[in-house]
Amino acid sequence: MPLFILRRGLQALNVLFVMSLLVFAGVYAIGNPLDLLVDPNATQEDMARAAASLGLDQPLWVQYGRFLARALQGDLGDSFLHGAPALGLIVERLPATLELAVVAMLVAVLLGIPLGLWAGLRPDSLPGKTIMAGSILGFSLPTFWVGLMLIMVFAVQLGWLPAGGRGPTTDVLGVSTSLLTMEGWRHLLLPAANLALFKLSLIIRLTRSGTREALLQDYVKFARAKGLSNVRVVGVHVLKNILIPIVTVVGLEFGSLIAFSVVTESIFAWPGMGKLLLDSITQLDRPVVVAYLLLVVTLYVVINLTVDLLYAALDPRVRLAGARQ
Amino acid sequence: MSASAPPTLAVEHLTTRFATRDGTVTAVDDVSFSVAPGEVLGLVGESGSGKSMTGFSILGLVDPPGEIAAGSIRLNGRELRGLSAAEWRALRGDRIAMIFQDPMMTLNPVLRIDTQMIETVRAHRRLGRAAARDLARDALARVGIPSPDERLRAYPHELSGGMRQRVAIAIALLNAPDLIIADEPTTALDVTIQAQILFEMQTLCRQSGTALIWITHDLAVVAGLADRVCVMYAGRIVEQGSTAQVLETPAHPYTRGLLDSTPAVQTASCNAGQARPLHPIPGMAPSLRALPPGCAFCPRCGRASTACEATPPLVEPAPGHVVRCFHPLVTTLDEAAR
Repeated sequence: MPLFILRRGLQALNVLFVMSLLVFAGVYAIGNPLDLLVDPNATQEDMARAAASLGLDQPLWVQYGRFLARALQGDLGDSFLHGAPALGLIVERLPATLELAVVAMLVAVLLGIPLGLWAGLRPDSLPGKTIMAGSILGFSLPTFWVGLMLIMVFAVQLGWLPAGGRGPTTDVLGVSTSLLTMEGWRHLLLPAANLALFKLSLIIRLTRSGTREALLQDYVKFARAKGLSNVRVVGVHVLKNILIPIVTVVGLEFGSLIAFSVVTESIFAWPGMGKLLLDSITQLDRPVVVAYLLLVVTLYVVINLTVDLLYAALDPRVRLAGARQ
Repeated sequence: MSASAPPTLAVEHLTTRFATRDGTVTAVDDVSFSVAPGEVLGLVGESGSGKSMTGFSILGLVDPPGEIAAGSIRLNGRELRGLSAAEWRALRGDRIAMIFQDPMMTLNPVLRIDTQMIETVRAHRRLGRAAARDLARDALARVGIPSPDERLRAYPHELSGGMRQRVAIAIALLNAPDLIIADEPTTALDVTIQAQILFEMQTLCRQSGTALIWITHDLAVVAGLADRVCVMYAGRIVEQGSTAQVLETPAHPYTRGLLDSTPAVQTASCNAGQARPLHPIPGMAPSLRALPPGCAFCPRCGRASTACEATPPLVEPAPGHVVRCFHPLVTTLDEAAR
């Protein structure tokens, strides 16, 4: 197992290296950040001085070499726009995004699995069909539209919940969170619901199809022939078998929630990382974009590693690939 | 044998139907038989003859759209039809146990053997985990599994097919049931393992007085194992009697056809010219959706006449030997003796 994790770590370093190369070249190709950063009326000397101070006067490979040398010491560079360390800017906004993603994913899992089980056990019942019809809506309605509708109904018409912003936060061990106050939860509810809807539909459909397949298996018939209660047959024999694909999808979707909740964060004016990325791309703030994507890659690597470890815990037939070698 | 002891299981006029889009399909049609304590009943037929569905009906495991439409199932005199779901559940795995065909599929792949055994005990008895585990270990030892303590901690994929089927049998035996329904449990196994398991099952049931219904398509298995045999065709029992009666003096043309389709083992000493030729039954088993009127075997039968388009009568060529046919191969004791 330690060997397995070590191998994964080395793989991750490779991915990070290639990723940084791609993003660096990509942002370089889009345009010159100086055109956006410096006043168009500035003199030629001012431009040259700005370029020199940011290191933009060097050829690309020199710029990348400098970046890499500093990155190896843990410094991903300063934002062109804010002058502050890029990584610091991102990490500062991480808690806001993280708590949104965690709450959304929890809602999706805690509602999705029971609803999916129900729809799988009674596919022809009215609730079963309603759940499936609802999940199709959740799948196909665009996130931005649902977000706007949520604001329209709950914030504007009913006035129950705030339309945007994060609300008051409390510091716990240096991390700001809105989960400890009622007001914080009220701000969190709509964006979390907005994000959860698609994931919820996905988990419902996955759980349902898994359940229907599992119910046809001999081990379920055998479990029933043993006289086990329905709760035990479904809750242990069926659930443990269908959990494996669900865990995979939950892992990947959780990653995408953290990294790419841009639309929802924009609609609800949520001060998370997605908003920062969007601004940085439009301003060609390369250090922030590179740092952001490297952070996302790291996040995915960690999540995938967790998923693989969970796999092995759930399914005794799975051997971790590195464990044998 | 069945006449002397009160039967463990008495099935009378059992009829199981399925409502399908093309109308009702009768999977089990007016089936009657009984099994005495310690007796082995062979239920023989081709795929789709309704033998497995008979087993599921007795366990109360017929899923909608199927339902038991008529008849009675009595276990030790108690009528099982009309029991509530909870009463059925209390019975299953406790008084009636079932073993399935494919040992690779019957054990849950993600649960350890001990989990799957202990839950079977604790579903029916108020026992602690440790006590239930002891029972599980004893059951594994009884079916001939070496070092049962280690096997208890194993997952199914770590055991061979024969070993897994032994585990399934041990699970069936756990609560000392009155009746075990075995649905082709040795079909997927090597012949040597098959013989061992047949022998062990026979011994275990004799010792404990457990009645055993052995569902199979293999007459050779029945010959070595069963006390009595029921031959099923298209949902009906066409012939029933002691194993000797049915296999040595078959009265129904279908039973005769089954016997003639069974290859006998040829040894080196056997002259090739003397090898018994196989006579497969012409045609195919009918679809239950479109059964011919009267005797369902009529279109494939060499002895059929126009009379066979009506429901055939029950003929009893010998005490306990019953055949449903207009033109049975034997009708009296004298003929059987010849």
